[in-house]
Amino acid sequence: MAVVRLRAPLSELAGGRRELELEGATVAEVLQALEREHPDVKGWILDEHGNIREHINVFVNKEYGREGTTLGPNDRVHILPAISGG
Amino acid sequence: MTQLLVGTKKGLFVLEGDAGGTFEVTSRAFAGEPVEFATRDARSGRYLVCVTSAFYGPKVFYSDDLSAEWEQAAGVELPEDAEKPLERLWTVVPAEDDGHLYAGGAPGVLFESRDGGATWELNKPFWDQPTRPDWSPGAGGMCMHSIATWPGDPSRIALAISAVGVWLTDDGGQTWRHGNKGMYPRYMPEEARVDTITLCVHNMHRAVTQPERLFMQFHGGVYRSDDAGESWASIADGLPSDFGFPMVLDPDDPDSAFVIPLVADMDRTTPEGRVRVYETRDAGASWIERGDGLPSENAYLTILRQAFCSDGSGPTMGLYFGATSGDVFGSGDAGKTWFTAATKLPPVHSVRVA
Repeated sequence: MAVVRLRAPLSELAGGRRELELEGATVAEVLQALEREHPDVKGWILDEHGNIREHINVFVNKEYGREGTTLGPNDRVHILPAISGG
Repeated sequence: MTQLLVGTKKGLFVLEGDAGGTFEVTSRAFAGEPVEFATRDARSGRYLVCVTSAFYGPKVFYSDDLSAEWEQAAGVELPEDAEKPLERLWTVVPAEDDGHLYAGGAPGVLFESRDGGATWELNKPFWDQPTRPDWSPGAGGMCMHSIATWPGDPSRIALAISAVGVWLTDDGGQTWRHGNKGMYPRYMPEEARVDTITLCVHNMHRAVTQPERLFMQFHGGVYRSDDAGESWASIADGLPSDFGFPMVLDPDDPDSAFVIPLVADMDRTTPEGRVRVYETRDAGASWIERGDGLPSENAYLTILRQAFCSDGSGPTMGLYFGATSGDVFGSGDAGKTWFTAATKLPPVHSVRVA
């Protein structure tokens, strides 16, 4: 299980949870699991095509991750607004 | 009479007036084109303007007389093997030696001119930095917006890039190193904050009379360096927000800095609908709110990084800033009182006193 860490407003859409354990072998699978568990998140991180939105940064531990980045059992997946947004 | 060069989304506006009164638009150039930055080299009197045509790309133009034709500067381009073309020019700064100028742009590039701005050449050592493939842009692109020369010493320069932190040279730009210690990027995961080079500096200035001191507005943070940019310490306590873009110093006072706080990166507007400038005269130990004459209600303005400047120094120092609302504000007494210099201009990108 990977640990997914969220900040507001995403954490609010996930029932107020800032940290969740989710199943998935890749970043995309974990984010899809997040959407299934918390449907209000749908469309906020992944777009209609299942791609990470342009101004969302996903880190796996301390490295940038993309949809296909593979995950180990204790990896931390951080979802953060990119500085390129706003 | 003060002459303001106001770069806007729809061209360059030249405003003239006296502190305390309304300024008149006395000329306009590059109508319809985004003007990112405009300045006048006080040594030569030459005007230099960075224009980013949506159709024709970024260009630098210069003129010695506002009533004459503008000439396009040569050499403002990236090497043919660059992955992407030059995106934008963000600043032009006089160097310490005569006729020498620097220009900063995106994607994280430094140009130099040795003939007053007519021809330019890319600084190759900076272009060839081995970490460049790992560099990340901020919202405005990967912009080199701050070039802090060292008074009297052409060999020492500090650069700042959004979002590739601070860079230092002691040999006139032949070699470069980071100056990033102490910055705290909240937009990164906790475990990545120490090592990252994704450091989103918004603006940086050197204290003229104490050049080992620099001040910085960060993407969530206000900092001071007392070791020529090698390391940084927070001076944000006392501000309503540590987010903002521009910064100005009083050139006579190395303990001075002026910032214009915005709410946060997710809400880049003046806090509580009030436009306020904050001033320190003790190197950031405390901040004084300055807003007499500025909009104090229902004013949700955004002031961009090049849209704040000073004129002169000391108690009669002029301060001028413009907002994306098209308003330009000024002060003739170092921020104690303010007046509205212009309204209804296009969104303001930059303000400089000619």
